[in-house]
Amino acid sequence: MTAKTLYDKIWESHLVGEDAETGEALIYIDLHLIHEVTTPQAFAGLRQAGRSVRRPELTLAVADHNTPTENQAAGLRGVHDPQARTQLETLARNVAEHGIEFFPMGHANNGIVHVVGPEQGRTQPGLTIVCGDSHTSTHGAFGALAHGIGTSEVEHVLATQTLRARKMKNMAVDVHGELADGVTAKDLALHLIARIGTAGGTGHVIEYRGEAIRALSMEARMTLCNLSIEAGARAGLIAPDETTFEYMAGRPMAPKAGAWETAMAYWQTLHSDADAPWDEVINIDAAEVEPTVTWGTSPEQAIALSGRVPRPEDYPEPSKQNAVARALDYMGLEGGAPIAGTPVQRVFIGSCTNSRIEDLRAAADIVRGRQVAEGVRAMVVPGSGLVRAQAEAEGLDVIFREAGFEWRQPGCSMCLGMNPDILAPGERCASTSNRNFEGRQGRGGRTHLMSPQLAARAAVNGVIG
Amino acid sequence: MKAFRQLTGTAAPLREKGQLMANIDTDMIIPKQFLKTVERTGLSKGLFHELKTLPDGSPDPDFVLNQPAFEKSGILIAGDNFGCGSSREHAPWALLDQGISCVIAPSFADIFYNNCLKNGILPVVLPAEVCDALADQAGGGNHVFTVDLEAQVVTAPDGGVHPFEIGSGARQNLLEGLDEIGATLRASDQIEEFEARRRLAMPWLAREA
Repeated sequence: MTAKTLYDKIWESHLVGEDAETGEALIYIDLHLIHEVTTPQAFAGLRQAGRSVRRPELTLAVADHNTPTENQAAGLRGVHDPQARTQLETLARNVAEHGIEFFPMGHANNGIVHVVGPEQGRTQPGLTIVCGDSHTSTHGAFGALAHGIGTSEVEHVLATQTLRARKMKNMAVDVHGELADGVTAKDLALHLIARIGTAGGTGHVIEYRGEAIRALSMEARMTLCNLSIEAGARAGLIAPDETTFEYMAGRPMAPKAGAWETAMAYWQTLHSDADAPWDEVINIDAAEVEPTVTWGTSPEQAIALSGRVPRPEDYPEPSKQNAVARALDYMGLEGGAPIAGTPVQRVFIGSCTNSRIEDLRAAADIVRGRQVAEGVRAMVVPGSGLVRAQAEAEGLDVIFREAGFEWRQPGCSMCLGMNPDILAPGERCASTSNRNFEGRQGRGGRTHLMSPQLAARAAVNGVIG
Repeated sequence: MKAFRQLTGTAAPLREKGQLMANIDTDMIIPKQFLKTVERTGLSKGLFHELKTLPDGSPDPDFVLNQPAFEKSGILIAGDNFGCGSSREHAPWALLDQGISCVIAPSFADIFYNNCLKNGILPVVLPAEVCDALADQAGGGNHVFTVDLEAQVVTAPDGGVHPFEIGSGARQNLLEGLDEIGATLRASDQIEEFEARRRLAMPWLAREA
């Protein structure tokens, strides 16, 4: 039998058909997550063509991208942006019409789609999962093949429960040894992206392997897989193990007793064979990974916290020099200056990358008994209603509030600023989110990506460091 | 979907200080404030919004698509990794609404590339030096290019012919303007057979509607 990677195995077990001539395949989709921003046109398309949703029970809807993160009890009346309200109303109408399970804003289970899927036990090893959102790669932490799709593909999946796709290449990222104390999955991800670039993983599925990966919690694995897309890879994968199974046990939609053992027998086959062929292998020495932050306007523009912001002349290629000069100008930074000590005005702890309970605990540990620095506005936006409730049960909300943080309700919030949470021009933000693109968090806003620990430190110190 | 066969017209190069801009992300192609629509049309007003608008809100006369000679260009020439970031299909919708149905670049991000194919936009991958040379030939917006999908070549204003690669399935779908959902639904039997196998192999996934 030919040796296979985990991706090969999941791909083959979901092949509905394949055109040998063109290489175009039809892949069955086990779970389709949907939200308000990338689906209205898909449902409208179905309606125009007189088509229905093939498997509504394999679809789960949440409202997350443009929901406000305060006063959610007011419902849609509390959504002041009429366009956002229309999108939220449209989703509610569409899911009702097609019989799709929906956690609307304010529902106890509502939250960011990539936080909700795993915590409900809908995300399981070996599944194919898609969503009209590029950070769907998050779910790969469970050994599921999960990636973002466009709205036309959302419509295709709704109508057929399949996706037209071409097989991607296999890339292994092997992380040897142990991460140092205080070094997180976020640091590892930014370190990797800085090394291979935002196009480094294009055309590939990345499987993360090695001792350092095995040692990560599920939440840390989700952070790492979430950021695969920022390395250009549509999907990231981590083979399921005891950590995975322990996380899943008892989740509402996880297999129940009896079925659990059957599922487990299958899950335990979900790993790459020892002699599987790889198109590319990247080796990382975990001990070399330092706490890492971005300085520029692309996730690949990341450096160690102890490092200095680069200068355009550090790069030989004219196009790179231009990009660095443009980023320095946008970010208001001097080439050659240390990144530590850069003052921030805003701190955002949240997003599908870092808004889970462990992230909040790690941030709270740093904040406990301290105060947000003068002139800094800091907010915590839990990833879901359940994360928020758990944090409150542990008293984390009190720690944050007493320190001067705003304690918000769940949603994507300031990660992409589709709701009222945005940066003003020139404001500098320590952010646990995933993209530092120009204007991402608000026009002229300056984003530095980092772990929850570093963001919490920036909040109390008033500077990066 | 509208078919793409051949396009003849001017090409707008996305340059900064004489270099094609790399890593144009979909937030730059269309920022978030334009994603709150429930329509696919009318998005050109948001296309490259931050690049084409000055801080006071007026159009930046230096931005290529604001120049009268290029505002009707159907072809865009850009740098590496065009369309990275968010999966928003609003990006190709905005390009289409502007009248752009072909983007030439040394490389594209995967999701954006796919989204183009679903919307009758042809993404053409050519080596960086060829893209630079094509950008140099865009002239003042009066030089004509021809992109021929059937022959898989771009003909530059200087007569230079540049062949490009594209997957045969993607090429065929674009040439036909294929309704992919309709085509897949014709294979419903195959999907049903798969679902029957799946129920047996993975019974724990069975959910009642």
